[in-house]
Amino acid sequence: MQMPDPDQSVLARKEAIVAGLGRILPADAVISDPAETRAYECDALTAYRCPPLAAVLPSTTEEVAAVLRFCHEQGVKVVPRGSGTSLAGGALPTADSIILGVARMNAVLETDYANRVIRVQTGRTNLSVTGAVEADDFFYAPDPSSQLACAIAGNIGMNSGGAHCLKYGVTTNNLLGVKLVTMQGEIVELGGAHLDAAGYDLLGVLCGSEGQLGVVTEATLRILRKPEGARPIMMGFDANEVAGACVSDIIKAGVLPVAIEFMDRPCIRACEAFAKAGYPDVEALLIVEVEGSEAEIEEQLAKIKEIALRHNPTELRESRSAEQSAAIWKGRKSAFGAMGQINDYMCLDGTIPVSQLPHVLRRIGEMSKEFGLDVANVFHAGDGNMHPLILFDANKPGDLERCEAFGAEILKLCVEVGGCLTGEHGVGVEKRDLMLAQYTPEDIEAQLRVKDVFDPKWLLNPAKVFPLETTETRRAA
Amino acid sequence: MEPRDEAELAGIVADAAAAGRALCIKGGGTRQELGHPVEGASLSLRGVSGITLYEPGALTLVARAGTPLDEIEAALAAEGQRLPFEPMDHRLLFGTDGAPTIGGVVAANVSGPRRVQAGACRDSLIGVRFVDGSGAVLKNGGRVMKNVTGYDLVKLMAGSHGTLGVLTEVSFKLLPAPETAATLRIAGLGDAEAVAAMSAALGSPYDVTGAAHLPAGTGDGPLTLIRLEGFEKSIAYRSAALRDQLGRFGPVEIETDATEVAARWAGLRDARAVSGGAGDIWRISVKPGDGPAARAALGPETVSHFDWGGGLIWARVPEGQDVRAALAGIPGHATLVRASAATKARLGVFQPEAPPLARIAAGLRARFDPRGILNPGRMG
Ligand SMILES: Cc1cc2nc3c(=O)[nH]c(=O)nc-3n(CC(O)[C@H](O)[C@H](O)COP(=O)(O)OP(=O)(O)OC[C@H]3O[C@@H](n4cnc5c(N)ncnc54)[C@H](O)[C@@H]3O)c2cc1C
Ligand SMILES: Cc1cc2nc3c(=O)[nH]c(=O)nc-3n(C[C@H](O)[C@H](O)[C@H](O)COP(=O)(O)OP(=O)(O)OC[C@H]3O[C@@H](n4cnc5c(N)ncnc54)[C@H](O)[C@@H]3O)c2cc1C
Repeated sequence: MQMPDPDQSVLARKEAIVAGLGRILPADAVISDPAETRAYECDALTAYRCPPLAAVLPSTTEEVAAVLRFCHEQGVKVVPRGSGTSLAGGALPTADSIILGVARMNAVLETDYANRVIRVQTGRTNLSVTGAVEADDFFYAPDPSSQLACAIAGNIGMNSGGAHCLKYGVTTNNLLGVKLVTMQGEIVELGGAHLDAAGYDLLGVLCGSEGQLGVVTEATLRILRKPEGARPIMMGFDANEVAGACVSDIIKAGVLPVAIEFMDRPCIRACEAFAKAGYPDVEALLIVEVEGSEAEIEEQLAKIKEIALRHNPTELRESRSAEQSAAIWKGRKSAFGAMGQINDYMCLDGTIPVSQLPHVLRRIGEMSKEFGLDVANVFHAGDGNMHPLILFDANKPGDLERCEAFGAEILKLCVEVGGCLTGEHGVGVEKRDLMLAQYTPEDIEAQLRVKDVFDPKWLLNPAKVFPLETTETRRAA
Repeated sequence: MEPRDEAELAGIVADAAAAGRALCIKGGGTRQELGHPVEGASLSLRGVSGITLYEPGALTLVARAGTPLDEIEAALAAEGQRLPFEPMDHRLLFGTDGAPTIGGVVAANVSGPRRVQAGACRDSLIGVRFVDGSGAVLKNGGRVMKNVTGYDLVKLMAGSHGTLGVLTEVSFKLLPAPETAATLRIAGLGDAEAVAAMSAALGSPYDVTGAAHLPAGTGDGPLTLIRLEGFEKSIAYRSAALRDQLGRFGPVEIETDATEVAARWAGLRDARAVSGGAGDIWRISVKPGDGPAARAALGPETVSHFDWGGGLIWARVPEGQDVRAALAGIPGHATLVRASAATKARLGVFQPEAPPLARIAAGLRARFDPRGILNPGRMG
């Protein structure tokens, strides 16, 4: 992974910069000891690492503003960080940058059931937002699998989604307002507890901008009343095509499940070996979950079953109890852990139009033979978000490189059939150089204009999202 | 000018940019009164029309910007689907005719009562193609519902009123149309009680898709209205459960006649209660809990009603009244939707922005439309 050469003048001023940060923040909020900055040298994409110049952990929005003002004046780059669970290297530091972590800012500021909003500091973890309201039967809908660890800050940075986004949308659909600190150190509010902020939809642009337009310190989130109940149904098919057609038919019939998960045979086998959930050995498995009152669940499941039966499933298992529901989900939820047991793997994240599912799975199978690496597929079928897992052996020379090349081919295939390079993990450094497969240089230029306006000196989260050659002149200016 | 396709349109914009000639962008022209008047050569998108892709099994639609909304709604209805955000029809409010286009809907980010449950137009919009002020053809997003590849310019284009680019193609995520719908009605509530009742309904597990209140002085008001949509059995169950829950606010009647339910929500969507009569029309967005105070602040001569559970107020006020001054201290924003050019010029159409945000907006405009030729002045 090519990164720009660090700014020598900044490296040379390290001591003065750390001292300057020390004048702004309490002593325990500035970390510059190389042994301690190591904790910040990468995110969950551990293949790439680089210790930052320093890391800071402010406790208030005002402190964040003061840090950014100082860094802006000094020409020091800043990498915002939530919990560091990005899988795209979105929070990867450079040697000449400081990490600005919001982990200490994790308070609930306001819970307002009448208006169905919660206001939190962005260091709060995703799951603990729901935790703050679930005793009153409310929840925060976006549910990335990393929800126990990842912060609202990073969810906003990556516009994260989860299994339930078919019905409830992703972060951008559930975010009403933020307190944002610009790189110049100005504190501004976008949106609020009311709907549809005035003027241009800057909140919409900020969400998913991967920490490159400003630092969010507070967020106003939509909370929803929990449904009365939820129940899954599991079905097995002897061909991917048939399972794909079944997904389309369910959607066309007007049933809107909260989740439709798809697993292929290699994935089913691995999960079964690991979790012993009692999965059948079939070519393709669908798990469909519906919500509502008991009667509504029955009605929806009956419709889904009727559709499934038209496709001759080799297996049809409707949950009748909480235990059965848990058993159905158990294998799916352990997919990543299960694969990790067998092998090293690389988890991809691309999106395709659902109609292309059979074609894409077939092509991945063919490419798997060409590259000599196995692939297991698990994904959110309702919205076409695929997570092919490519298995490789990290100790075998050349395997990682082959795996990366294979991954890039799969993502290009996603784009070719009308999809995109990333559905939920973000571009970061991981997919930066593939951007030109999806966008023309002019399309990218249009995005860079937005960055120019928010961060004219190009200091925020450097070298992410865009191929380096497309940003070279701006970074040099 | 009426180009037939994107390439011809791009040429027109590039020529206009070279000559520094302003363009006034038109879809169906049903809402040219939205925003400030624009002086410029008329550029109609009517020729850039047609549905380019519709995949019912993937819940996706792609259409050229000049496609009449009617055509899109008919195609979706044939498959039992719909645009989730229920776009308003402005013809009543402005007394215009003509056919609203999907590009115009996106340019103004138009959403109706279902916004509380299904989100705004921008929430369903998943891709755009547009021509910027220099004539460059650009795209962002695509036709899949999950996409975090680069910055989300799709959202930026929604509601930018043609000032950052001329939309040529838009993609949407769709929803199945419900089998049936019902309206729950409670008569006689005051504003505060009505908002409390709507909050209770929206905070229930019964998946409410509309919550509006017509106060006294708006036809058959005071009348609080809650909408449920879905499969027939489910509607029966949820209506009964919600009626029990809302019983403490007063007797609840349930309306199930499909025509009546549809007509009622179309009326609310199109702001029928305020559209007749003289006076300026404002659209005010606040936190629902602030709704009653906001409506009170507008004064006794105002005709107004609530949508979005109390969070949206449509108000007709005496000509020239400064609604924003009256609402000072209540967070949110107010847009002057219908008024004389003089009043619009004096009060401004859109809510003034904090200086750093105004700077960002101006910066974006300068970069996407460096010659200032796209709907100049429309957003003030
Ligand atoms: C302040 C304000 C508040 C509003 N509130 C609501 C509301 O609450 N609910 C609601 O439903 N609607 C609301 N609208 C409305 C709405 O604007 C439009 O609905 C819609 O624009 C209709 O289609 P048309 O084709 O007739 O548009 P036109 O009248 O032709 O154009 C509408 C606007 O969009 C621009 N435009 C049209 N086509 C394109 C294109 N292809 N590319 C770029 N720009 C284009 C025009 O220049 C013009 O500024 C509001 C608008 C404003 C300004
Ligand atoms: C096991 C596992 C499962 C996962 N499952 C999912 C999933 O199902 N769905 C999904 O969407 N993602 C998933 N992810 C990816 C990851 O968890 C998400 O991207 C998450 O939102 C990152 O949050 P974070 O707080 O850890 O952010 P970080 O990794 O710290 O940062 C992510 C990005 O946000 C920016 N950022 C951080 N804080 C701020 C701030 N205060 N202001 C502005 N920008 C900021 C960063 O600069 C970076 O670009 C998974 C990751 C793992 C490890």
